[in-house]
Amino acid sequence: MTAPLKHTVPSERARTTSFNEASARTRVELLLDAGSFVEFIGPEKREVSPHLKIFDLPEQFDDGLVVGGGRLDGSPVFIAAQEGRFMGGAFGEVHGAKLTGLLRAAREIESVPVLILLDTGGVRLQEANAGELAIAEIMRAVMEARMAGVKVIGLIGGRSGCYGGGGLISGCCSALAVSEPGRIAVSGPEVIETNRGVEEFDSRDRALVWRTMGGKNRRLQGAADVFTDDTVQGFRDAALELLSLVGAFGLDRLKAEQARLADRLQNFGTCADAIDLWAAQGIAQAEQVPDLSADQFISLANTIGRTSREAR
Amino acid sequence: MEDLSFQHTARERAGGTKPIAIVGVVASGNLEVLVERVLPGTECQLEIKTAAVGFGEVWKAVIGDFVERYSPGGLRFSINDGGARPDTVSLRLAQAVRLIGEGGQ
Repeated sequence: MTAPLKHTVPSERARTTSFNEASARTRVELLLDAGSFVEFIGPEKREVSPHLKIFDLPEQFDDGLVVGGGRLDGSPVFIAAQEGRFMGGAFGEVHGAKLTGLLRAAREIESVPVLILLDTGGVRLQEANAGELAIAEIMRAVMEARMAGVKVIGLIGGRSGCYGGGGLISGCCSALAVSEPGRIAVSGPEVIETNRGVEEFDSRDRALVWRTMGGKNRRLQGAADVFTDDTVQGFRDAALELLSLVGAFGLDRLKAEQARLADRLQNFGTCADAIDLWAAQGIAQAEQVPDLSADQFISLANTIGRTSREAR
Repeated sequence: MEDLSFQHTARERAGGTKPIAIVGVVASGNLEVLVERVLPGTECQLEIKTAAVGFGEVWKAVIGDFVERYSPGGLRFSINDGGARPDTVSLRLAQAVRLIGEGGQ
């Protein structure tokens, strides 16, 4: 939008643009092959939330979700990106229906993968029931798409993290990529503190929040498959890597995922803090993990290994 | 919420050929501007939905200044405002005209 950017080649912009700070539209533009993105139900359609005006709240023309198709390294992909700054990226009725529709289209076509750039606090409280239903519909649509052979990749590195129903949806994906500022959980820090007390989880302890829900721990726990530096190019590379790794989905894979989660609970269920979990995985100087640079952390994570390719 | 509408006649038609552009997000102190090349001649129209009620005179001044400086003839602007300050509004309007004008005059 400013003169210098206009004359910079897209790949250079992708390398120098923080995924965390970029808007949903910029993430989509720079993640896909240059100029390949075609939006479905774009802002000019004005498919806004039917609920927000009741609460005297401003609408957004795309209801906080950009969906469409494009190319990634020459191959077709569907893509959905949540705008985490509009109502915390939360799922409302229209927002959710756009993602459900995209996943159903992918299910019908079977051969085109879906990238979901999750950036959300969960359900939009003003649209409570419609939002909750949207989450359920999206989870079903993800699983149905996967059963039809579609790879569904979650990319998590936005400001709102991936919480509430977004956390549930991320758990349904074929694979996840995450950056350090990306956080993945269902109940957020303040929800846990409100319900279980500050002794259980101090939501103002930012270091605790990040080492528990942040990208590094989620990678080491096996919840996320790939950890990337916070650039749009990093997420593009991660998406390509995951698309090449994800295998066929079926009952065997679900059983393997169940076994993986049972093992994790068995091995680490008594850990009171993420640092204990890292130490139990054999990481020397586990308390220094939060201070590692992205490159240092990726080297470390690769020594721990990945989630089994048979699981998820 | 308050709805505002402004009609202007610009000096000349806006440059470029793109039919549509969008900038900004609806967040506290921010706004989105959807601009569409749909009006004949040098007409210019702005439709605003704002969360900050009672600032019609400020909008009128900001938009009058914008139309004078950028001459956005033929463009319709649809704005969802989350309570942005006047300087942010001016910036987004300028970005919208610039974006829709990309790709040649």
